[in-house]
Amino acid sequence: MVAIPNLSVTPGSLTYPDLPWVVAHREDRCTLCGRCTSVCPTEAIYLTYRRQRMPRLDIGAGVKGTTTQRTFVGIRQRTDLKHRCIGCGMCAMVCPNEAITPAPNANDQRAHFFHNQGGLPLTRGGRRNNRESLLDRIIFNRISMLTDPALDAGRHEFHLNTLLGRVLPPEEYLRRQRAGEWIPPVREIFPFIISSMSFGALSPNMWLGLLQGVAYCNEVLGIPVVMATGEGGCPPWVLKSPFLKYIILQIASGYFGWDEIIRAIPDMQCDPAAIEIKYGQGAKPGDGGLLMWFKVSKLIARLRGVPAGVDLPSPPVHQTLYSIEESVMKMIQTMSMAWGFRVPVYPKISGSTSAKAVLNNLVRNPYAGALLIDGIDGGTGAAYNISMDATGHPIASNLRECYLDLVAQGKQNEIPLFAAGGMGKNGNITQNGMAMIMLGASGVHVGKYIMQAAAGCLGSEKNRCNVCNLGICPKGITSQNPKLYRRLNSDDVAQRVAEVFMSIRTEMKKVMAPLGRSQSLPIGMSDALGIDDADVAERLRIRYVC
Amino acid sequence: MCRLALKTAIEPFSPYSVITAMEAMREGYDGSGLGLLLRGLSFKDYAYRAGDLILSGIAHGGAALHRLNGFMEAGGFELKYDHEFNTDLSLIEAKDRYKYILRVYKAPAAWKEFSQARVDDELMLSRLVLRQDGEAHGNDLTVFSFWPDVATIKEVGWPLVVGNALGLNDDRIKARVVMAQGRQNTNYAINLYACHPFFIQGIATMTNGENTAFVPIKDWLAGRHFPGYIGYQSDSEVFTHILHYVLRQLKLPLEAYKHVITPLKTEELTTHPQGDFLKGLRDACRRLIIDGPNCVMGSMPDETCLMVMDHKKMRPGTIGGRPGVWAMASEMCGVDALVPDRDPALDFQPQREHMVIIPPDRKELTVWSQFQTFPLPQAA
Ligand code: SF4
Ligand code: SF4
Repeated sequence: MVAIPNLSVTPGSLTYPDLPWVVAHREDRCTLCGRCTSVCPTEAIYLTYRRQRMPRLDIGAGVKGTTTQRTFVGIRQRTDLKHRCIGCGMCAMVCPNEAITPAPNANDQRAHFFHNQGGLPLTRGGRRNNRESLLDRIIFNRISMLTDPALDAGRHEFHLNTLLGRVLPPEEYLRRQRAGEWIPPVREIFPFIISSMSFGALSPNMWLGLLQGVAYCNEVLGIPVVMATGEGGCPPWVLKSPFLKYIILQIASGYFGWDEIIRAIPDMQCDPAAIEIKYGQGAKPGDGGLLMWFKVSKLIARLRGVPAGVDLPSPPVHQTLYSIEESVMKMIQTMSMAWGFRVPVYPKISGSTSAKAVLNNLVRNPYAGALLIDGIDGGTGAAYNISMDATGHPIASNLRECYLDLVAQGKQNEIPLFAAGGMGKNGNITQNGMAMIMLGASGVHVGKYIMQAAAGCLGSEKNRCNVCNLGICPKGITSQNPKLYRRLNSDDVAQRVAEVFMSIRTEMKKVMAPLGRSQSLPIGMSDALGIDDADVAERLRIRYVC
Repeated sequence: MCRLALKTAIEPFSPYSVITAMEAMREGYDGSGLGLLLRGLSFKDYAYRAGDLILSGIAHGGAALHRLNGFMEAGGFELKYDHEFNTDLSLIEAKDRYKYILRVYKAPAAWKEFSQARVDDELMLSRLVLRQDGEAHGNDLTVFSFWPDVATIKEVGWPLVVGNALGLNDDRIKARVVMAQGRQNTNYAINLYACHPFFIQGIATMTNGENTAFVPIKDWLAGRHFPGYIGYQSDSEVFTHILHYVLRQLKLPLEAYKHVITPLKTEELTTHPQGDFLKGLRDACRRLIIDGPNCVMGSMPDETCLMVMDHKKMRPGTIGGRPGVWAMASEMCGVDALVPDRDPALDFQPQREHMVIIPPDRKELTVWSQFQTFPLPQAA
């Protein structure tokens, strides 16, 4: 059968109601300034001339009806997937007349069936597209009514910091102290840590803004915030600066950036906060890092020791070693040695049912400084959608199991556990972080929330924006294109970082004060937690409340 | 809030005098239980020989007493004295009390060969076996302490009524140290094992306040897998076990207890002469940081007594007395009642950095501050 040629309808044809976001444009308000079309990261909208027939009906004998035409100008939405509207809302943000806005399409979204054109599955940035957050449902309900008097969050003195690094059992500490033997390095840090986002994934302005903000938190506000680099190292000036002490350097399977770091060691003024060895990431378990060619600018290429403009996929595993146990052991030892055993070294793994095995391996490794577990709700700059949405392990039960395993061994103070993945997913960063701490985490790593709160990242779990992998970040957060990242002022980011951490500090006190806790971070204080789901309560061994 | 009173004197005195002194602190208190721990004992009817073992507890039925006798006999403990209280059970709220046990035993002959540490462990394990035996039989046997020169009495009810019910006013028992806690039914259901003072291997403490960090501390202590670190019917039992851990497992001086439960801040440790060591100690013992508000009073086998408080204790305990007689109480009026003939101007209320120690010679108080150094010969 021959297809009717003048109807361009193919299996993949889409129209507005098929797309996740439909652009609503009000012609009566539009002044045709063109700002929306020029800011749109996907070129989803365009300015167009249209012609409209104006039929005229003359009633009267002998008069022949005439039809005239009117032309008009308007904004139209493209319907091919490459140019789909991603709902970022930049058009609305720049429109001086409130004439345009993306509206979420509540209908069935047929577009999802076609995110495989050319045989390529959907890749994107962001998090698992799932709004639900178990952590949002955990509440703090062991309210201390008997203390004399109840704590005043505003005036009382609170100890909010946590420890990063291997802590010896007391007997062993005393023995080594007496014998003058090595005592593992321990850092006292704020329990909310800016998680690893690489210098290549983030724009220079974003990265600088974070660092400025972190330095301000430490040096002016007295909040000892640290940030992790992600793979790819960091600029030589930072390595040789006193700010290095606020930075956790990550080494990942591509080893990108480590030539620069190793070369800078003799010139370092201080030690880094810690070394993170990345074995896995919650958003994309089993995948290595991926920096697309268009993000590999000259600077990034230099830092990573590669030619500019090439894709930089890191292998899924550390290739140099035979087994994961051997790898963990040798990597931790090598990294410890590089800094004279003065810097805590710890692995980061993706949340997994096998996390406990890794943990028990670390318990027996006297150099392991911590374990960071990144749950399925962790963010990333680039991954396959299926990895993000369907691969991994939620953090709450994973972390809790590991903690209880340590408790059974009496070693919960020796290897601090850090949790990541979905912290502050819906903006409740302190609630989520404190819940994890009371479940047994020594602290939490926060990435996406920081991008959202400090830099105005537009991404969401309704798949808004999430084009971080394409180098077209409309806010200039995850782009190496100067035209885009100049939109982001690093001073503004720094100010927001400071505001965010000041607010977390206050909220931590508001959580701890009614629980009667102030003298140490309530790690493992699970008797304070409740949730309105009996099964979850049983699994997490917390109280069921309704 | 629970009421605490501790009196220590060179001349033995009746525990009843401490119970009556507690009446002074009755305001704002619901008096739902009494715990007494006596050291430096002397009996009217019996010449106690220092070093003999004293078993304290309650048998709630004849069967329990029978099993207890069997266990002690089988273990080679020779009964030397069985103190019969002049009881008036009608005054006791609980109706299942059969016999209050306060018995003196001679240690089995074989123990002579044992090291002191072994003896101490055997005593604790014997107490635990009896406790477990009671628990396995519907809680028909409660054992509080088994140790030389230590007697413990615990009962539910108003303290003075309990004292009368046990005839403690008959002056047949006297002691050089009496720790008394009047319990307020706070956050845990009343259970005799939940009554202070808590005891483990010669070390006893009692507390008032609320231990908000109870669960993480308990989890950590349980992880030591030390047989005596069990119970925790009260959130305050961990204070006793921490003291035991610091003194007996870590073999640190008494002062270290204060640094473990209420460490100084990082800024303070940075300028402390033993700062490096103390920071490491704080990190290693981080799960033992208490998060009160709590006032802890304790006594040691050598009759040393101590009092410490945390940062948040807004109504501190008071300590006062004169050479030879000292008292500590959770309320100022308690000290007045315990040692009226003293100079109250010299009373002391410890601040968050203090540990007050009454040494066995009872000549004067030692007020030690965490900002001072403490003797740590091998470590510092
Ligand atoms: S919401 Fe974003 S992607 Fe959609 S039309 Fe507006 S600017 Fe373009
Ligand atoms: S604003 Fe930038 S960083 Fe945020 S989701 Fe969009 S592309 Fe990614």
